[in-house]
Amino acid sequence: MDREEKRKIILDNYNDDINRKEISSSDYIKVNSRNFSCIDNIDLYIKFNNNIIDDIKFNGEACVIAISSTSLLIKYLIGKSVEEALNIISNYENMIDGLSYDQSIIKDLIAFDDIGKQPSRKICATLASRKIKELLEKSV
Amino acid sequence: MHREDFEMLNNNIVYFDNGATTFKPKLVVNAINDYYTKYTANAHRGDYKNSLLVNEKYDEARQKVANFINAESSSEIVFTSGATHSLNFVVFNYFKKILKKGDEVLTTLSEHASNLLPWFVLEKEIGIKVKYIELNEDYEVTLENVEKAINNNTRVIALAHITNVIGDIRPIKDICVLAHRRDIKVVVDAAQSIAHTKVDVRDLDVDFLAFSAHKMYGPTGIGVLYGKYSLLEEMEPLFYGGGMNAIYSKDGYIELMEIPTRFEAGTQNIEGVIGLSAAIDYINKIGISNISKYEEELRDYLIKKLKELDFIEIYNISDSNINVAFNIKNVFSQDTAIYLDKYNICIRAGNHCSKVLNEVISVNNTCRISLSFYNTKDEIDLLINVLKNSKNLYKEIL
Repeated sequence: MDREEKRKIILDNYNDDINRKEISSSDYIKVNSRNFSCIDNIDLYIKFNNNIIDDIKFNGEACVIAISSTSLLIKYLIGKSVEEALNIISNYENMIDGLSYDQSIIKDLIAFDDIGKQPSRKICATLASRKIKELLEKSV
Repeated sequence: MHREDFEMLNNNIVYFDNGATTFKPKLVVNAINDYYTKYTANAHRGDYKNSLLVNEKYDEARQKVANFINAESSSEIVFTSGATHSLNFVVFNYFKKILKKGDEVLTTLSEHASNLLPWFVLEKEIGIKVKYIELNEDYEVTLENVEKAINNNTRVIALAHITNVIGDIRPIKDICVLAHRRDIKVVVDAAQSIAHTKVDVRDLDVDFLAFSAHKMYGPTGIGVLYGKYSLLEEMEPLFYGGGMNAIYSKDGYIELMEIPTRFEAGTQNIEGVIGLSAAIDYINKIGISNISKYEEELRDYLIKKLKELDFIEIYNISDSNINVAFNIKNVFSQDTAIYLDKYNICIRAGNHCSKVLNEVISVNNTCRISLSFYNTKDEIDLLINVLKNSKNLYKEIL
């Protein structure tokens, strides 16, 4: 994937607000994720149906990398079982950390593979994944 | 102006983050270097030539600070690690002892964390109440609103002289008149004003004033607490040890050194004090009124140029100081900062340690440009050009 394609994926997902809304329903579990060293700050709303992630929405303010990675990641997580979701996150975070990963699992998230080369921006690219992982691990 | 004095400016960067910290002129760097290469010693009272020299430099620095802010005497100058230390020292070492449950402290929603959080802690610890003076539509403090906020329980007004985001200059002198008529103490955070405008503690008649050296061309880790002598006399030391005691004996008797030495236990930040002293010499050489005048001219130019860009939102047009808070419309402030950094333009993005200000200006994060006299109109022109090309912003940062 060349730089232009990656950029397009990042921007398309940055601008795609299909899952970007505040939720007040008690069916959703709300968690906040923020980066204290910068100013990224989002709320995540996650709805489970037994072992399946029924829905995820998010809202807040953050940089293009944080918003876009959140937007794309949750598209992949919706409808998955907790184990499947953890597997996607694990592969994604491995890519960010420069470790081995399965590209077929993280699909377009590969657009963020350069981010790991900028240590200060790893926290942006994992703003959502860190928190969702934490929540999913608790529910396993 | 005076760009040749700053070696950092040879590194091909445009530095617009002077509200966070300033660059250091050679004079300051050399003064610190001299201390470490020509006369390193602790500040004793003259056991040998170098220690005497260090002692003289230390006392001379205190006098220079006193003259710089027009304190009545150098005894009113306590060296600290910075404005945060100074403010915490005053809150926990003075006000905690004299305030009681129900007493009120007036402040505002645009203060820096260091002049809010210590008061929040006192609220929990001893039951004082922190109240906010209402800001006007330009987010400024007016005398009328201060008057409106004062009641019979008000004991302290704690404000920045100039705030670090909006940057409005508060009418401190008038506020002190109002406060002192009702026996209210005034604590002023001068961190953002000290290098940019004349700060005269006697003219303002403040009770306590805090600032840091590193925002006034001096080194980090050194700052000042000014207190009226009569108030410092009411204070006990926070730390005990060497340097602050005159005599002590095995039965626990301690006789303290004079004020303010009794507040400076242990070996002090000598290089910091020497650096601060040099920074004051440097500012005096240029003249604070020349600095103010030139910086105001720069800010007017910056505002004029930014206003020509219809995709820029400016949050503090009406104020006349070094700070300009803005955003590119629909772009997250940090993305703007990262974009500008590609052109070696350093600005700050975020909430600038004023995390409750968003309740007033309804925008959480802004880009902040804070100017210094070493900035130029050419640098502003470069910034404007880069902003003009910001339709490619994402292309450049992704």
